[in-house]
Amino acid sequence: MAKDFLLEIGAEEIPDWMLPPALQQLRERFEAVLKDHGLPGEVAWVEATPRRLALKASGLPLKQKSRTEVLTGPPVAAGERAAEGFARRHGVDPGQLKAVQTPKGEYLTLKKKIPGRRTIDILAEELPRIILQIHWPKTMYWTGKNGPRFIRPIRWLVALLGAQVVPFEIAGVKSGRTSAGHRRLGKPKVRVTIAGYQEELERNYVLVPASRRRRRIEAGIAALLEGSGLRVKEDPALLETLVYLTEYPTPILGSFDEAFLELPMEVLVTVMRHHQRYFSVLNADGTLAPRFIAVMNTADDPEGLVRRGNERVLRARFNDARFFWNFDQRRKLADRVDDLAHVTFQKELGSYLDKARRMVAIVESLGGDEHACRAARLAKCDLTTEMVGEFPELQGIIGGLYARAQGEPEPVAQAIYDHYKPVTMDDEIPSTHEGRLVALADKLDTLRECFRIGLVPSGSKDPFALRRAAQGVVRILVEGGLRFRIPELAGGDEKLIEFFDDRIRYYFREVRAFAYDEVNAVLAAGADDLPDAAERLAAIRDVRPTENFEPIAASFKRIKNILRQAGYAGDDEVAPEMLMEPQERELYDAFRRVRAEVEQHRGRGAYRAGLQAIAALRPRVDSFFDHVLVNAPDQRLRRNRLALLANLLKEFSSIADFSEIVTTRS
Amino acid sequence: MDYYQDIINKLKQYWGKRGVILQEPYDVEVGAGTMCPETFLRVLGPQPYRVGYVQPSRRPADGRYGDNPNRLYKHQQYQLILKPSPDDIIDQYLASLEAIGIDLDKHDIKLEEDNWESPTLGAWGIGWQVMLDGLEITQFTYFQQCGGIDLEVVPVELTYGLERIAAFLQGKDSVYDIEWAPGFTYRDVRYDDELQMSVYNFEMAGIDTLWKLFDLHEAECRRLLDAYPEYPEKKRFPVLGAYDHVLKCSHLFNLLDARGAISVTERVGVIARVRKLAVGTARIWLDQQAGGEVAA
Repeated sequence: MAKDFLLEIGAEEIPDWMLPPALQQLRERFEAVLKDHGLPGEVAWVEATPRRLALKASGLPLKQKSRTEVLTGPPVAAGERAAEGFARRHGVDPGQLKAVQTPKGEYLTLKKKIPGRRTIDILAEELPRIILQIHWPKTMYWTGKNGPRFIRPIRWLVALLGAQVVPFEIAGVKSGRTSAGHRRLGKPKVRVTIAGYQEELERNYVLVPASRRRRRIEAGIAALLEGSGLRVKEDPALLETLVYLTEYPTPILGSFDEAFLELPMEVLVTVMRHHQRYFSVLNADGTLAPRFIAVMNTADDPEGLVRRGNERVLRARFNDARFFWNFDQRRKLADRVDDLAHVTFQKELGSYLDKARRMVAIVESLGGDEHACRAARLAKCDLTTEMVGEFPELQGIIGGLYARAQGEPEPVAQAIYDHYKPVTMDDEIPSTHEGRLVALADKLDTLRECFRIGLVPSGSKDPFALRRAAQGVVRILVEGGLRFRIPELAGGDEKLIEFFDDRIRYYFREVRAFAYDEVNAVLAAGADDLPDAAERLAAIRDVRPTENFEPIAASFKRIKNILRQAGYAGDDEVAPEMLMEPQERELYDAFRRVRAEVEQHRGRGAYRAGLQAIAALRPRVDSFFDHVLVNAPDQRLRRNRLALLANLLKEFSSIADFSEIVTTRS
Repeated sequence: MDYYQDIINKLKQYWGKRGVILQEPYDVEVGAGTMCPETFLRVLGPQPYRVGYVQPSRRPADGRYGDNPNRLYKHQQYQLILKPSPDDIIDQYLASLEAIGIDLDKHDIKLEEDNWESPTLGAWGIGWQVMLDGLEITQFTYFQQCGGIDLEVVPVELTYGLERIAAFLQGKDSVYDIEWAPGFTYRDVRYDDELQMSVYNFEMAGIDTLWKLFDLHEAECRRLLDAYPEYPEKKRFPVLGAYDHVLKCSHLFNLLDARGAISVTERVGVIARVRKLAVGTARIWLDQQAGGEVAA
């Protein structure tokens, strides 16, 4: 009869961000154990709160199936003594051994029945291993130096197979059927069954499924703001944090003095989000409302004590921010440039003053104007301010805000503000041309300098976030329509050019979702000018579904093969007088006409039209191959035909190398 | 309403009843209660220990001339060490909050990941910051290493932020408004200290003198540590005297740092110098406790 299984690891509060990956491991390790022992059954769910990791499985048998194994013993030729020894070792009578003919000779074998072990015994043996082998970013010991390691002390263990406890022990904690409720609202000891586990804990103010906690937060927020004209600033990452930071979450709405709205929204939101884990609240017009939403790990706040406590803390935080703002205004950014000499960029690469100078030089080389150069010079100065010391995640943004407040020209302020962008995949690129140049200069400098001293990312190691920097460069070039050439941006560093190539392909494939063969085709036709490559890709994506495209691509591949097999690498002009067959003359005429047409389209960047014109050659190419023998006995004719094909391939591969397209026909 | 001193007394009483030695503050400048020998040295080795004390902790760089309602050059911690840590330590801790008048049924308590590390002491631990209605009131740490040595027995360290807790209980927005004793606020007792020490730390501390003092204390500590292997009667060896000089160096480092006298490049080097002394002292102390069989 199949049994259900329940495991709950009770621990002191586990960091929220570690819980989902740990659950994934718990599931995989448990499934692996079932598989290794030939046990059927499957994991029904895994869930976690800060104080517990839980797993439910179903369909487990009471014991393994029995099986028979054939054991090979000594050769018959080894004699009776050997046979007796073998039989004795396995506790059987020598008469039960059977001689079997094998390629190596005649051997004695024993058919042995291996009885299935009880599931409960297997689990009792495996569970401590499964639990202690969960990999955590940082573990601790708590029973003493040689004790077990886990993320936080384990305080209770529930392990039930049906109604039975699976007995085992970790760090002096014995498994049982007793869980624990919410620290304040529930009973400290809660007896559970597999069927009633979630309900029993819910009665003790623990919502086991993360989805239940998420819903409770979302519904709570909706109820708080209903009819107020306000809305929450969506923040899925913060929501996940709060889901895994609570066992019984309840949102509350607090407010702060409107006078703080004088501070920049960026600062207010950062204080609320990063330092207090509050959601910000917006007015209908998108401006910040003097409200916040905190999520408690308790059921309610009837007297408003929790709300007032949180309001007091936020007030103190905002006061600090105001103090930093005013303090920092005593010295302008422009007066802080020399201070950058004391801020290390990287041990071998000198200070941020050195970096700022290099950034200015790069901006100049990219044709940046006076504003862009000034922004590059001032961009890192906010590293010396109190505000950035307190809120490092606001570097750049603070510089931009200060520049604006200190009367720097708007393009300078905006460029400083934006120069870390894009920070994430979803983030936008800087909004102005000056900002894009400064952002490019910052990232390019980091890339060039790190590559110069050999700090090149390998595997998962990328301490200077160079992949993100290169990705940022690619995005700014493509999405900002900047036609700087990659080899020049890379300062001619071959390894860096290769590194860029990787990021470019990644960007077009994973971010822009172009097919890999389209990316190959377009980049093979030129990868230095990225906005141009992006346009050619878009054109290919549009033209690809049309009727002639794939067949012509297949034909181009065929042409490439023919030229390769013929060893033809010449660049002869076609001699029109030697075109004998009507089909080759027609192809040649079409080629000349389409070449001019494509040239024109390409000049205007009208790649779709260009590709369509090439694809329209298909009937001529097809009839050429149907009627014309390329390998003509007359060597001059043959060479002329190869020249025709080579010209065709060369002239029409400047938008994309068609032969890279994977077609169903080829 | 409880005065500041009542809150402290209740905390002492609570832990005193649980077999904790009620110590007094250490009399050498420290940046945190952890640095006192009662914590730094006592957590080493196998002997159980339970001690609690209020420790005025000096952080020169945090001074704000008495202007900022929440930041202090010198704040007070209630520092508790339980070695080994009891299994129900979180429950005992939460009960201590109730003992000082926080009704946890009406408030929101969260334990948020915060691992503590002190590069100067070669020490680190795993734990949380305890958040009460969004306010950090306690640092909760299971020590793992101290003086560069893996700890044999795992102690728990609780560091209560006394000013914050008092401001919370008394409903004050500024620590300076905390009522310390009848008729006396925190401002009455401490404002001059904050103002004058900020002026000294940020503006007037003699950089050359501080560097000289640093070198002198370092040399004195070094001299003692070097003398230990040859010292005949290990039990009499003044390792505690050496440790006082470590503390002096650490405080001088903080002063120089606040004064802006240590560049980023130098910083790492100076931290390493203090750490070397701390690690050396920890090794000798441990050896001395074990009967002095293995010379450090």
